Amino acid sequence: MRYAYYPGCSLGRSAWPYDASTRAVSEALGLELVEVDDWNCCGASEYFSLNKTAAYALVARNLALAARQDGLKQLLAPCSMCYLNLRKTDHYMGKYPKLGKTTNAALAAGGLNYTPGSLEVRHLLDAVVNDVGLEAIAAKVTQPLAGLRVACYYGCLMVRPEFNGSSFDDPEYPIQLDRLMQALGAEVVDFPLKAHCCGGHMTQISADTAFELIRRLLHNAAEYQADLIVTVCPMCQLNLDAYQPQVNRHFKTDYHIPVLYFTQMIGLALGMAPERLGVGGEFVSAAEALAKIGETFEVAPAGAPARRKRDEKALPMPGQKGEA
Amino acid sequence: MSERVGVYVCHCGSNIAGVVDVEDVSRWAGENLDDVVVSRDYKFMCSSLGQELIEDDIKKEGLTRVVVAACSPHLHERTFRRACASAGLNPYLFQMASIREQVSWTTQDKAAATAKSKAMIAGAVERVKLHQALEPNEVPVNPNTLVVGGGIAGIQAALELADAGYQVHLVEREPSIGGHMAQFDKTFPTLDCAACILTPKMSDVGNHPNINLLSYSEVEEVSGYVGNFRARVRKKARYVNEADCTGCGICIDKCPKKVVDEVFEAGLGYRKAIYRPFPQAVPKFPVIDRESCIYFERGTCKACEKFCPTNAIDFEQQDTALDLAVGNIILATGYDLFDSRKIPQYGYGRLANVYTSLEFERLCNASGPTEGKIVLRDGVTQPKSVAIIHCVGSRDKRHNTHCSAICCMGALKFGHLVMEKTGAEVYSFYIDMRPLHKGYEEFYDRLLEEGMHFIRGRVAEVTDAARQPGEEGKLIVQAEDTLLGMQRRVPVDMVILMAALQPRADAKDVGLQFGISCSMAGWFTERHPKLDPVATMTDGVFIAGTCQGPKDIPDTVSQGAAAAARVQGMIAVGSVEVEPVVATIHEERCSGCRICNNLCPFNAIDFLQDKAVSYVNAALCKGCGTCVAACPAGAISGAHFSNEQIFAEISGLLYDVVRGNGAKALLPVEVPA
Amino acid sequence: MPNPGSNGSFQHRVIEATPGGEVLITCLQCGTCGGSCPSGPDMDHTPRRLFAMIGAGMQDEVLRSNTPWYCVSCYYCMVRCPKEIPITDIMYTLKNMAVKAKLYDDSDAPDWSKSFIGYVESYGRSFELGLATRYHLTHKPLSKVGLGSFGLGMLSKDRLSLRPHRIKGIGQLRAILGKAKELEAVQ
Repeated sequence: MRYAYYPGCSLGRSAWPYDASTRAVSEALGLELVEVDDWNCCGASEYFSLNKTAAYALVARNLALAARQDGLKQLLAPCSMCYLNLRKTDHYMGKYPKLGKTTNAALAAGGLNYTPGSLEVRHLLDAVVNDVGLEAIAAKVTQPLAGLRVACYYGCLMVRPEFNGSSFDDPEYPIQLDRLMQALGAEVVDFPLKAHCCGGHMTQISADTAFELIRRLLHNAAEYQADLIVTVCPMCQLNLDAYQPQVNRHFKTDYHIPVLYFTQMIGLALGMAPERLGVGGEFVSAAEALAKIGETFEVAPAGAPARRKRDEKALPMPGQKGEA
Repeated sequence: MSERVGVYVCHCGSNIAGVVDVEDVSRWAGENLDDVVVSRDYKFMCSSLGQELIEDDIKKEGLTRVVVAACSPHLHERTFRRACASAGLNPYLFQMASIREQVSWTTQDKAAATAKSKAMIAGAVERVKLHQALEPNEVPVNPNTLVVGGGIAGIQAALELADAGYQVHLVEREPSIGGHMAQFDKTFPTLDCAACILTPKMSDVGNHPNINLLSYSEVEEVSGYVGNFRARVRKKARYVNEADCTGCGICIDKCPKKVVDEVFEAGLGYRKAIYRPFPQAVPKFPVIDRESCIYFERGTCKACEKFCPTNAIDFEQQDTALDLAVGNIILATGYDLFDSRKIPQYGYGRLANVYTSLEFERLCNASGPTEGKIVLRDGVTQPKSVAIIHCVGSRDKRHNTHCSAICCMGALKFGHLVMEKTGAEVYSFYIDMRPLHKGYEEFYDRLLEEGMHFIRGRVAEVTDAARQPGEEGKLIVQAEDTLLGMQRRVPVDMVILMAALQPRADAKDVGLQFGISCSMAGWFTERHPKLDPVATMTDGVFIAGTCQGPKDIPDTVSQGAAAAARVQGMIAVGSVEVEPVVATIHEERCSGCRICNNLCPFNAIDFLQDKAVSYVNAALCKGCGTCVAACPAGAISGAHFSNEQIFAEISGLLYDVVRGNGAKALLPVEVPA
Repeated sequence: MPNPGSNGSFQHRVIEATPGGEVLITCLQCGTCGGSCPSGPDMDHTPRRLFAMIGAGMQDEVLRSNTPWYCVSCYYCMVRCPKEIPITDIMYTLKNMAVKAKLYDDSDAPDWSKSFIGYVESYGRSFELGLATRYHLTHKPLSKVGLGSFGLGMLSKDRLSLRPHRIKGIGQLRAILGKAKELEAVQ
C-alpha cells in the first residue's frame, strides 16, 4: 500500500521518536510512505489566528504538491494538527466554493492548483488500523505487551471535528487505539478523559491554564493505574511528557507516567529494538514501565471493578442481556 | 350545440388581486375565449355571495360549464362543486384554475402573473368543455372498526366506539394493553398514580362485550378502502391456552429462567421466560418468550407445564391468522424513546448511575424492580443528589430537531418524587422551561416552592473524572450556568436523562402498510396540522396519540376520542361518497400484461384470472393517472384525464400560439374516445 | 438561507468571514459551548455570552475579550452544538478581527502567533528554538521559570534543532502567501 506522507514539522526534530518509529513500523507493516516533496509547515493553529486566507493557502500548497505526486490518492499525516489542517482545508475548499476559489487564486501565484477531493486525507492510525488490520498486526506480534497497562490518549484533533457528519473514530468516546493496543497484547485501561484536550499551545500563552489541563490528564491516567500513556500526536506527547516535570513542580504532584507514541508500541510488540524506535527520547523515562512487559498479574489492580458474585439487588446495566 | 361557460376570477382579497390584474383577466376571458358567455371577477368567490353568483348565472344564463380561477382545489373545489350542484348543474362539469398557489403566490412579476393566469383560465375553459357528467359512487360503511395499538390513545378510542354500541377490534402487539402509560409511576401535574387511572379503562376494555381484544397480535396485511377494509391479523402463539388459564401465576413463580425485561422494565428489571408484563396486565394470560425459554432452546424443563393446575400450557400452540372486515382504522401506535447512547458524553451505558426517563419511571413505580425505592444501580444506596438533564436528543440538529413536549413537565415530576421519597437535592439543567398546559405553570411554581434547583444551561458532559475535592465518587455534571455566565461542575449521585420521544422504529413500514405517509421526522402525517390532526390523506384511516407527534396524556386522550368521533360519524351516515375521478380499464383492449398492477400506488388494480384482464377498483382508485400513462395498449382511460381533455388544456395554456383551433390543433392522430 | 443580520453590522461581518457561519443567528444560547470548554473558566466571557454580545453589536468588548485567545481548538463545542454552529472557526475569525483592529490588549497570544508565522514565512518550516527564544525573551522573561531546564531537556534529548530548515520552494511559498494576503485585504 502506497501513500503520500506528510510528516509535519514536529517529526523533524521535537518528535523525532515518532518519525523514527513510524518509518520502522511502516516498513514492517507494508505501508509505503512517499514523503511529499518540499512540503511546508501546516501553520498549526497560529496562521488561522492571524490571516485565514493565507492560512488555507499555506496548507493548500501541501495538498497541491501531494496531489500531483505520482498517482497517489491518499495522504497520511501522523500529527493530529497537520491531519486536521489538511483535511479541513480540502473539505472546506470543496464545501465553500468562495473559499476554494480564493485559495486556488493564491496557489496560482505559485503556479499551483488543487482540486478539492483529489486526495483522501487520513491520520496514520487510521491507515494502520483499517488498511493493515488488527488481525494482520496481531499475527506479526512476537513480543506481546502483556503485563503493561496502557492508557490510550487520543487528544482532540484526530477525532474532532466531524466533516460530513463523520470522523475516523467517535468524537466523544473513540476506541480504535484501544483495540490496537489490545491486539498488541497490552491491557488497556479505559480512562474517561481519553479525548480531552492537552491544551495545545496554551503552555506558551497561559501556563496556569495549560498546566491544569495537563494535570487533569495525568491525574486521570494515574487514577486508573496506567503504566504508560500512548499518544497519536506530537503536541500531546510534548505536553504530557516534556512538561510533566514542570506540572509536578507547579502542583507539587509526583507523576511519573511515560508517554510513548503508538508506533513505538507497535515496534516494541514486533520485537524491534527500543533505540531504533526512539525510546529514550522521552523526558519521563519509559524504561521502568517497559520492564513490566512479560510480567503476569496475580491480583487485579485496585481501580478495576472487583469480580464479585452477582449481587441480588443490583440493577442490570443498559444493554445487559441475561443475569450478571 | 356549443357549451355555455361561466368564468369567475377571484381576487382573494389582495392575495391574487395584488399581483394578478384580475379585472383585465376576466374581461379578456369574456372577449377572447370561445363559448364563454359570462366572465366575472369578484373579491371572495368562496363566500356565500360568491357562490350565489355562480348559482344565479347557472339558472339565468343557462350555463353548462363553470370555471373558477382562485385558490387550490384542495381548499374550495368542493365548495364550488356544491354550488353547481345546488343550481342543478352536475358538479363534475366544473374546473378550477389555481391562480393563487400556482401564480400570485409564486412571483412578484405582475405582467408574468397576469399572462399566466390567462393561460391557466384558457386551459381550464378548453378542458371543461370536454368534461363528462359523473356521478359519485356510494359505498357502504362497515360499522366495525380496527384500532391498532393498545396504549391510552387506542384504549380511549376503542372504549368510545364500543360504548356507542359498535364493534371494535383492538390489536396490540405486546402481551398486555396499557402502552407507555402503564410504565409510569405518577402523572403530571396532578400526581395521579398512572396505573390507578389507567387500569380501570384497561379493565373496561378487557370486559367490554363490543371490544374484541387481540393482544400479542400484529396486523400483517391491509387491503380495501374507506368503509370496506380487510385486515389480516396474526395472533402470536402465547403457548398458553387462554380458555383454560386462570391467571393464577404459578407458572411464572416456578419458571427457572430469568432474563432482563427490555420492554416493560426498560431494561432495569428482570422477568421470567414465561411472564406477564406487569401485575395488572389485561388480558391476564401469561406469554412464553420462545427465545428465552429453556424448553424451546434445549427441550428440557417444562416446569410451567408441570405445575399448571389447569393444564393450560401448550408448547405446540401455533400462531393463528384472523381476517377482519372493518369500515375504518385508527392507528394509535405510540412512540419510542431516543437511545441515549448516541450522546456518549452523558455517560449512559457506561456510568452506572445515569438513567433514562423511562428507567426512572420504573424505579419509582411500586411494582418496579426496586418496589418503588429510588436507589442507585447497586440496588441499595439512596442518592443524596440528583441531576435531571432536559432535551436529551431533542432540539438537536444531530438527533431530533423537535421539542418532545413532555420532558420539562416530566422533569418537574421526577424532581418532586425524588425529593418526596429521598429528600435529595435535585438540580434541573434546562434550556427553556415549557410548562404549557392547564395546571402546568402552577406545577412549576410548586416545585420552585419545594426547593428544586434550576440551572439554565444545556449539559456539556457527565463525567466520573474528579477534578477537585468533593467530586470523588460522584457523577459530575458540567454545564455553563448561562444566567450566571460561568461554567459549573455539580457533583451528584444520580443523573436522569429526559430522552426525546421519537417515532417508532417501524413507523414508516407501518404507514406503508396502512397506506399513510410519515413526515420527514417520521411521525404519521395528519391531513392538516391545525384543522384536521386526527385524519390522514387516506380516507378511513385515522391517527391518534404520540404516533402523530409528541404530546401529553390529555392531548392523547383527546385525539383518541376525536378519532372515535369521526368514525362514529361515518358509521352513523352509513355510507360514504367515493370520488368518481377514477381510471377505467377497457377490457376489450387489455392484453393482460399487468404492467399497471404494480405501478398503482394505491393497490387499486386487481387481475381477473378468469378473463385474463386487469380491473380497477373504483373505490380505491384516486385518479392519479399513473396506469393511464403506463398502459402500452392505451387501454386505460382516466375520467377527467382523457387524452382529449389533456390536449385541450394544453392548447388552452398555449393560447397565444394556438388560436382558433382549440384542441384539434395539437391532436396528432384521431384517438378513439 | 437565514438572514445574517443587517448588512455591515458586526454580526454580519463575523458571519461573512466564517465559512458556514450563517447559522450563528440560530443560536439558542443553550450554553453547551460554554459548558464544554476546557479553558472556559479562564475566559472573561464564555463563548455563548460572546455570541450574545456579537448579536448585540458589542464589537469593542468582543474584540477586547481574551476568549478567542484562550480557545484551545479542541472542537468539543463544535461537535456538541445543537445548531451545528462552527464555533471554533468563529473564534479564529474573532482573532483575525481583534488583531486587525488592534483591540486585543494583552499582547502575548497574538505575538506568539506572529513569531511562529515569521519563521514559517522565512523558512517554510517552524523553528522552535528561534521561536521560543525570541518570544519568551521579549515577553516577561523573568516569569518563565522552568523554561531553562525545559529547553536544556529538549536539547539533551535531541528534540530541538539548533538551526532552521529552509524549504527549496520558499520563493513559491512566499508568492502564494503574498497573494493570499492581498486577497484577504480586499475581502
